[in-house]
Amino acid sequence: MLTDHERRILRYWQDEPSLTPGEIGEKVGLSAAQVARRMKTLRQRGVVKSIEAQINWPALGYAVEVSLRITLDKTVPRAFDEFLAAAREVPEVIEIQTFLGRVDARLNLIARNMPHYQEVYRDRILTLPHIADIEALMHVARIKAEEVYPL
Amino acid sequence: MSDPDATDWQILRELQRDGTLTASEIGRRIGLSQPATWRRIVDLRKAGILHPQRLRIDPEKIGFGVTVFLGVKLATKGRVSLEDFERAVAAIPEVQTVEHVLGLYDYRLRVVARDLPDFERVLRRRIMTLPGVGNVEANVLLSEERRPGPLG
Repeated sequence: MLTDHERRILRYWQDEPSLTPGEIGEKVGLSAAQVARRMKTLRQRGVVKSIEAQINWPALGYAVEVSLRITLDKTVPRAFDEFLAAAREVPEVIEIQTFLGRVDARLNLIARNMPHYQEVYRDRILTLPHIADIEALMHVARIKAEEVYPL
Repeated sequence: MSDPDATDWQILRELQRDGTLTASEIGRRIGLSQPATWRRIVDLRKAGILHPQRLRIDPEKIGFGVTVFLGVKLATKGRVSLEDFERAVAAIPEVQTVEHVLGLYDYRLRVVARDLPDFERVLRRRIMTLPGVGNVEANVLLSEERRPGPLG
């Protein structure tokens, strides 16, 4: 788990990953060197797995985003593995999740426009193995997107 | 900026793999000078194509053992404004993301909790008491992977 100092550093760091150790230090009352050392430990322990650049897909011309909720045919023993392996081959899939619940998996799919979406959906999604049912949710807007943890 | 060209895509691809790379490191990999790479990164940021970086945190290592996706249907559309619901749901600390969607549900929420009893507390005290909330469906996240998408 986290020490008090680590928790406070992480709180500011996740809100604004571009902050320098010195800037975080001013907020939490530690020196830049003390903060830098703890940031390094947090990365080494895998608490912070990576620092990612975020691509704004609509700005790159991908205006359509659809969440495909998928139920798999579980009578097939390797349905999950084979479905996931095939889904990874679709370039328009930007996120793959598996669940315990009413749906088994979810694919986040992006497309340039509706005709492009329809093409990807027909040629690349409906042909994925072991699908029993698909429901689509069309993204309208992101109200909250930071994905920070309540520390 | 003009439409991103093949070099811009290469830069985005490198940054997507590792958001901490410097302009000179990226330049070396794709055969471009540091100033030229830097200028392109600045342009990509200005054009809103490159958003600020994000930390990818391992939730279990900070004590969040459960991630649940909720599909929420509003019960009283029209009477309660969408803004009221959105303001209230976005203020819940355990709710990490809120997406307005079209289809079976109106909203899709990503919720984190320490464990299942903690999730039940969030669901009962915070989610079910939201203004206008109707049907709620929960799916517990088992695994998750982000793909490079069309850049890959």
